[in-house]
Amino acid sequence: MKRFRFGLLGLNIVILAALAACSSAPTKEQSGAAVEDRKPGGPPTVVDRPPVVPVDPATTRPLSPDQIGSAALRDPKNILSKRSIFFDYDSNLVKDEYKPIVAAHARYLQQNGGTKMRVEGNADDRGSREYNLALGQRRADAVRQMMQLLGAKPDQVETVSFGEEKPRCNEAAESCWSQNRRGDIVYQGE
Amino acid sequence: MTFVERARSFGAVLGLLIAASGVFFAPSALAALTIEIIGTGAKQIPVAIVPFRAEDGLSQKVTPVIGADLVRSGVIKLVDAGGLNPPPYEPQDINYGTWRSRGADAIVIGSVAPRSDGRYDVQFRLMDAQKQVQLAGFAYTASAAQLRLTAHKIADVVYEKLTGDPGVFSTRIVYVVKQGRRFDLQVADADGFGAQTVLGSNEPIISPSWSPDGSRIAYVSFEQKKPVVYVQSLLTGARRPVANFWGSNSAPSWSPDGSRLAVVLSKDGGSQIYLVGADGGEAVRLTRSSSIDTEPNFSPDGKSILFTSDRGGSPQIYRMPASGGQPERVTFEGSYNVSPRHSPDGKAFTFIQRSGSRFNVATQDFATRQVQVLTDGALDESPTFAPNGRMVLYATEVRGRGILSAVSSDGRVKQRLVSDAGDVREPAWGPLLKQ
Repeated sequence: MKRFRFGLLGLNIVILAALAACSSAPTKEQSGAAVEDRKPGGPPTVVDRPPVVPVDPATTRPLSPDQIGSAALRDPKNILSKRSIFFDYDSNLVKDEYKPIVAAHARYLQQNGGTKMRVEGNADDRGSREYNLALGQRRADAVRQMMQLLGAKPDQVETVSFGEEKPRCNEAAESCWSQNRRGDIVYQGE
Repeated sequence: MTFVERARSFGAVLGLLIAASGVFFAPSALAALTIEIIGTGAKQIPVAIVPFRAEDGLSQKVTPVIGADLVRSGVIKLVDAGGLNPPPYEPQDINYGTWRSRGADAIVIGSVAPRSDGRYDVQFRLMDAQKQVQLAGFAYTASAAQLRLTAHKIADVVYEKLTGDPGVFSTRIVYVVKQGRRFDLQVADADGFGAQTVLGSNEPIISPSWSPDGSRIAYVSFEQKKPVVYVQSLLTGARRPVANFWGSNSAPSWSPDGSRLAVVLSKDGGSQIYLVGADGGEAVRLTRSSSIDTEPNFSPDGKSILFTSDRGGSPQIYRMPASGGQPERVTFEGSYNVSPRHSPDGKAFTFIQRSGSRFNVATQDFATRQVQVLTDGALDESPTFAPNGRMVLYATEVRGRGILSAVSSDGRVKQRLVSDAGDVREPAWGPLLKQ
């Protein structure tokens, strides 16, 4: 993982980050996903077919915590605390009501050149999981493209997709699906 | 349905040795899926299976497993084999008139004999009730833990001799179980028995895909908080990321020679299809569009790739040369056709077609372009052919829970694999393995 270069405002960020580090221990969500070794009754072998062996525990690297950003990112009164952009069915158009949120984050990235984020695209659960993964990717890409137009650098924003795998809401109704068609902004270290 | 006429001579019992090794566990403790059968084939071959000599005392009886396998195929029905004293165990014991009067076209007889090393000799013969000749006969040496697999192998032989198609009862399936926040990638026998978790995670796992030799599985895991393609050995449990590029990595599909994977990457923007080595390495781009190109699937001859694309405005299935190049659209009915998978003979493919608000399993013949919708669920997903092309396994939802189902490729026979817990989804049927 590349070290971040601090821009002109870097000193401020370091101070704020230090304050933030004092005030909040990392939450459980910040640690990497545990991939567990499960052995249901011992290692199986059936001679004339390949045996199946559970894997060793995978080590996952948590995102570097050294860039927990400005308190503004978590201040509920600040627009930067708004992190979700919602989309219409089968659409990757960033609607007018969400443009100020995208713009605020783009500005923040521009002012904090060493800061990186991921935009995580999501889709509702109707249809193919892989196609929905691609739809989520398209939504994340749309948010990134708008941020770049507003001054964020390409390498500051990685876009990934969770497809339909991380629903915020689990009922089969439009009120629920609309919550799942979204892009989430997550800063590195969060 | 044709009987294979060539019968083996009476004494010629081929030995097929199943050597014992390693540690075993009792599969009965691990049963996770049970099967319900809905519907039957147009014509069913009547077969009598006589309980094998000395199988009564076994913890794992052989003939009930053979019978359940054959019935599950939908094209074989069982004829009552009880009430004979003594029951026949050898060809010379058979009173063919009795079996013909019971309506049996074929009779399965056999025996189980314990060996001094703790294993068992299992032998069986498939006899033609009309011609009074042996159609097949094999002997196996199996540990107690291998008796169930031995039964599947016997069922494979019986099925192939009676229908002309390879049996797939000794093959395996892979699927994902979601229980609460937990995701387990599991491998089980084709009848859902003996499920084993090969990867457990608190993040989603999707799109498992068997290597052509059945020794490895590629899948997408979100454990790094983004989709990354891994390949895992079932022999050693070793796993490695093979596509972990900037952005999303997903939808792995093996080339038939097992050397490469078609994957979907977003590293250059959008979702596009690339080739990577089965051990990772550089990605070679195959599609160049501004649309979504995903769900690649190699043809069995390795020459072409089917995939889903919305380049025409709605998601449809396209075919392109395996080296890339100009795709041709192959689906035209309806506004949503996704998740293509070739049939084992390469002459057709299965896919998901939406009609109204329903998503169903369909097949389409390449030559005639004829589409046959095989299922009537509301949310059917992820169809995958059995390696003999006779069944399609898929994920569906019953009362809000994910389960696996299978349907015969003529749509007549349906099976439901009912899980004891959790949501089951993302099935992939493993290959036929050389014996």
